[in-house]
Amino acid sequence: MAPETVSASALRPSGEFLRAGLAGREFNLAACFGCKKCTNGCPLTFAMDLLPYQVVRLAQLGQVEALLSARTPWVCASCQTCLTRCPNQVDLPGFMDWLKERLFRAGAEVGETRTLLFHRLFLEEVAKRGRVFEGSLLARYLLKSGGALGPEAMKNARLGWEMLRRGRIKLVPSRVRRRRWLKGVFSPKEARS
Amino acid sequence: MSKVGYYPGCSLEATARDYAESLEAVAGLLDVELVEVPDWNCCGASAGHSLDHRAALNLGARNLALAAAGPQPVVVPCALCFNRLKSAQHELAQDDSWLTPEVAALGDWRAAQVVELNQFLTSPAILAKVERMVQRPLTGLRPVVYYGCQGQRPPAVTGHPQSENPTGIDRLLAILGAEVSDWPHKTDCCGASHSVSRPDLVAHLVGNLYLRALERGANCVVTGCQMCQANLDLYQAEIAQGLGREVYLPVFYFTELLGLALGHTQAGRWLDRHLTSPRALLAAAGLAV
Repeated sequence: MAPETVSASALRPSGEFLRAGLAGREFNLAACFGCKKCTNGCPLTFAMDLLPYQVVRLAQLGQVEALLSARTPWVCASCQTCLTRCPNQVDLPGFMDWLKERLFRAGAEVGETRTLLFHRLFLEEVAKRGRVFEGSLLARYLLKSGGALGPEAMKNARLGWEMLRRGRIKLVPSRVRRRRWLKGVFSPKEARS
Repeated sequence: MSKVGYYPGCSLEATARDYAESLEAVAGLLDVELVEVPDWNCCGASAGHSLDHRAALNLGARNLALAAAGPQPVVVPCALCFNRLKSAQHELAQDDSWLTPEVAALGDWRAAQVVELNQFLTSPAILAKVERMVQRPLTGLRPVVYYGCQGQRPPAVTGHPQSENPTGIDRLLAILGAEVSDWPHKTDCCGASHSVSRPDLVAHLVGNLYLRALERGANCVVTGCQMCQANLDLYQAEIAQGLGREVYLPVFYFTELLGLALGHTQAGRWLDRHLTSPRALLAAAGLAV
């Protein structure tokens, strides 16, 4: 998905997204009156391309493409400060998750490839064992992200060694005994590339 | 002896082994029996709620149903696991049609009483008990307490009565004899799982926390969250380099200091798992382990 800027001429406000586009989820997005408490309390605005209140506003205007191509949902750490302080209970972290899930299920390209990769590998761990084996997760992440080869390789190797010798890396995975139920809980993908 | 349910979570088997060992030791000293939730599964963590809402709710519901069958409350040491379990319960109460028939049939996910470990261990009854048991007062330690995000927020989900200014661990440490500094960054965000994919974001957030803690005159940080501990402990040398100044702030789990103050003999073993070794600080404070 190509990044898209929102120009005034492209703005054709539509409430359709809030009415029907969210497929039954709501997040109280329509209740926002623009006080920007979410944005003032957000610890990660310095790394965002859309500020939290802009995410809500674009949703109200039905600008779905601008939201889906933004980095902000992937930069959000889900610290829940915005939701906690919002006078209208707008569930912005929940909506950020909704956007990420939609991109993931469509198999779309995202700007924050590493964050998506980490989450995806994490879920694969859960699907396989019912628990996360951190050693395997980090090793697979480093191989797939290039962190095992690039300039970060030495740093990662040193950290890995320091943790290993302090007993903070487990060598044998633990798993859930009964795992049959696991298969059914993950959502089906749409058209994964 | 009182019995409570115990949901450890994946990190406590590895990265946060020091947390697991110290909390189990402390429970023993306080005569609390921890009954592990049988065959518990991962809570789904950030990946679950970010990429698959349905999986996140089902993973939570299974744990809740298993936990509900055992002793109550169910204590959860990891702040993120705690938050995910409470969130699943909260969201399913509004709409349980997300559950698969197999998970729905496991038991009553509504009945589990999920409590974050630090809230459980700072109840008035436990604090009164601790006060009578202190053997090595933590004189010389000047901590700030860093609670992080997930145990408190959002209060509609966590039920936390002081989501902007929690004080439980502060009170515990004061009873243990430490000189606790108040600071306004108790529940700021450390960047959590971004430490793997966007370490630059974590360095920025954690760097700020170091500077603020040092401004308050703190010589250590105490936390009850294994992500906070990892992010403040593992990369300290590197983040300090980025700040262009020296930082020495050992990052303790509150259970480690509780165990140390109650005279547990294994405290040194837990603390040797930290990358920022607290040994120099403890020796200077007359608390060598």
